[in-house]
Amino acid sequence: MSEANQGASVSLRNLTKVFPGVATPAVDRASLDIAPGEFMTLLGPSGSGKTTTLNMIAGFTKATSGEILVNEKNVVALPAHKRNMGMVFQQYALFPHMTATENISFPLEQRKISKTDIKQKVKDALALVHLEDYGHRYPKQMSGGQQQRVAVARALVFSPQVLLMDEPLGALDKRLRERLQVELARIHRNLGLTFIFVTHDQEEALSLSNRIAVFNEGKIEQVGSSTELYERPKTLFVAGFLGDSTVLPGQVSSGMVNVKGQTFATSNTSTFAERDQVGVVIRPERISIHEQAPVDSNSVSALVTDIVYLGSSRKLVCEVFDGIPAIVSETAAELTNVRPGDTVFLSWKGEDSVAVPATEFDILKAVGVDSEFK
Amino acid sequence: MTETRAISFWLKFIGAIVSVWLIAPVLVVIPISFTGRDSFEFPPSTWSLNYYEKFFTDPSWRDAFVTSLTLGCAVAVVSVIIGTMAAFALVRGNFPGKSVINGLVLAPMIMPGIVVAVAVFGVFLTWRLTGSFSGFLLAHTMLAVPFVVITVSTSLRAYDSILDLAGASLGANWWTRTFRITLPLITPAMLTGALFAFVTSFDEVVIALYLQSPIYRTLPVKMYASVTGEVDPTIAAASTVILAFTTAVILGTTFMRRKKNVGS
Repeated sequence: MSEANQGASVSLRNLTKVFPGVATPAVDRASLDIAPGEFMTLLGPSGSGKTTTLNMIAGFTKATSGEILVNEKNVVALPAHKRNMGMVFQQYALFPHMTATENISFPLEQRKISKTDIKQKVKDALALVHLEDYGHRYPKQMSGGQQQRVAVARALVFSPQVLLMDEPLGALDKRLRERLQVELARIHRNLGLTFIFVTHDQEEALSLSNRIAVFNEGKIEQVGSSTELYERPKTLFVAGFLGDSTVLPGQVSSGMVNVKGQTFATSNTSTFAERDQVGVVIRPERISIHEQAPVDSNSVSALVTDIVYLGSSRKLVCEVFDGIPAIVSETAAELTNVRPGDTVFLSWKGEDSVAVPATEFDILKAVGVDSEFK
Repeated sequence: MTETRAISFWLKFIGAIVSVWLIAPVLVVIPISFTGRDSFEFPPSTWSLNYYEKFFTDPSWRDAFVTSLTLGCAVAVVSVIIGTMAAFALVRGNFPGKSVINGLVLAPMIMPGIVVAVAVFGVFLTWRLTGSFSGFLLAHTMLAVPFVVITVSTSLRAYDSILDLAGASLGANWWTRTFRITLPLITPAMLTGALFAFVTSFDEVVIALYLQSPIYRTLPVKMYASVTGEVDPTIAAASTVILAFTTAVILGTTFMRRKKNVGS
């Protein structure tokens, strides 16, 4: 426990789960390589297959097909209790009839470790989560945050190479959640084991993870670092799920994207074929506001419809091309005098925007415009 | 505030009256058991412990009492084992005919006692099980199992199966998970079931009347014989002993449960 244990690599190969009586697979040919010691987050809305994937890795759910490799060894046939992975649940899942110490001793007793070693390891584990004085308490006598820290200690005390977490902070209030995020990051740094973390909270995913796998309808949409996913989304879903964005529907035409007769440069137009339908994704902080039409390209006139103050910044909600919502973020240092109802010009650098394959219909559905865009 | 206090007062008041109404007739046996005469005179004009002496020394009374105690304990143990396993199957299992089996398991509770008694008597005569410990055990266990199934399956339904997943992830196999996590958590329900089972057997008189033999009879049968055949206040002493015994058991379990709730 005190020495850093080496994390294991975890690889998913075409992992699929079909529940009986359900036509669409819960997880559909998911493939993912997780490096030893990596903090990998499985992110997605509820029902996207992220928890089912985690349950298959843990051995709670039997995979319909595909492989799970831990350190290159297929573990699909192993029952959960032989997989040697720590697991932290959203509902803590502490044994209510055992004290914190007894809970943490439990996995060690299963491994036939001597009583004196158990005592030492439990003490170290309680210290790791800053609960040295709480060993004699029953779960009922502790707060939610303390219970979850005991659960983390219990999942780490037997030095697993992989720690699985299923929305571990989901049941806690915001302040506590942020404190535990910091603690989890510290534990990950200190112990160096592989973390696989399931959440639907994109902020939590962005701040904690080395890499994120974004799930949607049972499929992995994109895997990448927080920055990659945010700045270079590969699909409309990823662009919409992670943070705010403006998406303009257009068509590729001679190396540019044509949106209703106006052309825009993007960072990756060249990867598309002529006449491909794409969406141009621009992040709010990449857009600047002008009162006069700027001379450079990549600008569009916009009607300001709403301004939302967020303290350190403010968010402008605009309308471009008669009905497409555009979101602009201004930091306090660069506030303009714009008011709702004003017409302004929005501009951005071509390399700051990215094109994703998407039809106009899908984009309008994703941004919440019901009537057909004319 | 005053209104709720007033309601709470009247609630307690009416509750007390109803309790007295229900319990008072039962309590009449207590003074009668201390009578000095050989009649059911109430209130007794003279007092003595004669009938307690008779209850604990007369072989026919003492044997019946011991028979009922041992039988009740055996029924409690056997029906807790069978009933708990049945509850696991009925709550966790998924097999064809589950609802039919569920109905069959609970059927003894709603079958008229006399019908069951006649049927059991007929079958046990051919099987030569009448007048024996095993015959009584079999018949009473059948009556007692539904109580265990109901209490244990209620508790199992409330049991959060995520604890089993947690146990598995920590390296515990099915066996360990069942004996170290599930069973300790449903123990109160099993004990309640055992108590019900014991009382079911201890209290049962219809089947016991049919299955009795001159050498193997339970306390209720002995009491029935006594009250129909003779005027003997020993029956009042027997009733008082039973009353004291059941009160102690019920208070004991209530107290234990309360103490446990405070502890954890």
